[in-house]
Amino acid sequence: MISDILKNILRFVVLVLVQVLVVRNMDLGRYFVPFIYVMFIVMLPFETPNWMLLLLSFFMGIVIDMFYGTLGMHAAACVFVGFCRPGILKLFSPRDGYEFGVQPTIQYLGVPWFLSYAAILTVLHHLVLFYVEVFRLNDFFITFLRVICSSLVTLLLIVISQFLFYRNKQQQ
Amino acid sequence: MRNLFLFVWKHNFFFLFFLLETISVYFLVSHNYFQRATFISSANNVSGSINEASSNITDYFNLRDANKALAAENARLHSYNKAAFDSYTKSSVFVNDTIYRQKYQYRSAKVVSNSVSNQKNYITLNIGSKQGVKKNMAVICPQGVVGIVEEVSDNFSAVMSMLHRDTKISSKVKKDGSFGPLFWEGGDPRYVTLTDIPTHVKLVKGAKGDTIVTSAYSTIFPEGIMIGTVEETVVKSGEYFQTIKVKLSTPFKSLNHVYVIENILKDEQEILENTVKKNDQ
Repeated sequence: MISDILKNILRFVVLVLVQVLVVRNMDLGRYFVPFIYVMFIVMLPFETPNWMLLLLSFFMGIVIDMFYGTLGMHAAACVFVGFCRPGILKLFSPRDGYEFGVQPTIQYLGVPWFLSYAAILTVLHHLVLFYVEVFRLNDFFITFLRVICSSLVTLLLIVISQFLFYRNKQQQ
Repeated sequence: MRNLFLFVWKHNFFFLFFLLETISVYFLVSHNYFQRATFISSANNVSGSINEASSNITDYFNLRDANKALAAENARLHSYNKAAFDSYTKSSVFVNDTIYRQKYQYRSAKVVSNSVSNQKNYITLNIGSKQGVKKNMAVICPQGVVGIVEEVSDNFSAVMSMLHRDTKISSKVKKDGSFGPLFWEGGDPRYVTLTDIPTHVKLVKGAKGDTIVTSAYSTIFPEGIMIGTVEETVVKSGEYFQTIKVKLSTPFKSLNHVYVIENILKDEQEILENTVKKNDQ
């Protein structure tokens, strides 16, 4: 339990630093603007109470906002994702619910499950983020294209990092 | 009342979501107000110093370009040096230097954080109020305009980039002086839009297009700072003004060293103009 909390705190710090120091400097053009820090919300344990989920999402958003100087934008998107997560988990749950100790990763629940789950959360996050950023409905389709392209890159980064850092789990 | 509490408690997830979302949106819409509370803006000490540390590293990757730009500027400044001039005649007219007084003061600064991919882009500089930076000072680089100082903390300042939807700069066509507001419509960070230029002004387009510079009607920017060149013009039938797509000369993606310009006479001019306006009413 304690080690779970420590792990999540560590993941929080690492993801913020990676987002701010590395991903932000990857210049892939204006259609590909990945935000890998969503992975923090995606990978919170199943047992996280709902209120905690919302508060953690909000905190993550505010920290990212501090670095980007866009107060409230990332927070709004993160809180929305936190709000949607329990419903989506329920939608994808196995017949007997999630077993205790299982984590929302590829290693525990397989590629198809993780991909569809993470993809929905990522797209929701990017949708809110990019439309809040534009704050109007002109360029509706351009923004939509940005959402889709950026989500793809984010998802790719999330999956790659899953394979890099969580490979040994199954063997233990 | 008790039932109300029970109801809120039962749906605490939704209400907490609603509360946090409201806070976020409130932050978002009152952004300018909260930026003044610098502890949550990008100019605060924690994120500012992390950004600076990262920029200290990335600076090395840009050294080649930075050197080139600085060398070019050195060359330009050397050409203003006295040694570069040949005196025309021995009987020169004596000009008392007290006629000229300094209007603009330049401070050099380093970019510690920058973005071009958002709709509202900000740049953070490594100098702040302790070094004399104030709100609404102009920021330029050797290649052209960069933006306007939006907020300052002790050691950092946040600059509203030219690539920000709310930035408006008064500018003019260099060859004949017709002027209009220049702004960024979002989207491609290489181009900005200039409007209100009369249709009878015929402009050269493309790679050798006409030059657009800052006009003298701004109290922020000095006159004649390079902005960019004309790329395309759009004239709608029946309108007196044309819309011009301007290719920016500033390389916003690789900004490194910039100058913050203070207009020493700005306050005086604005106070005078405001008095006139007040008398009018």
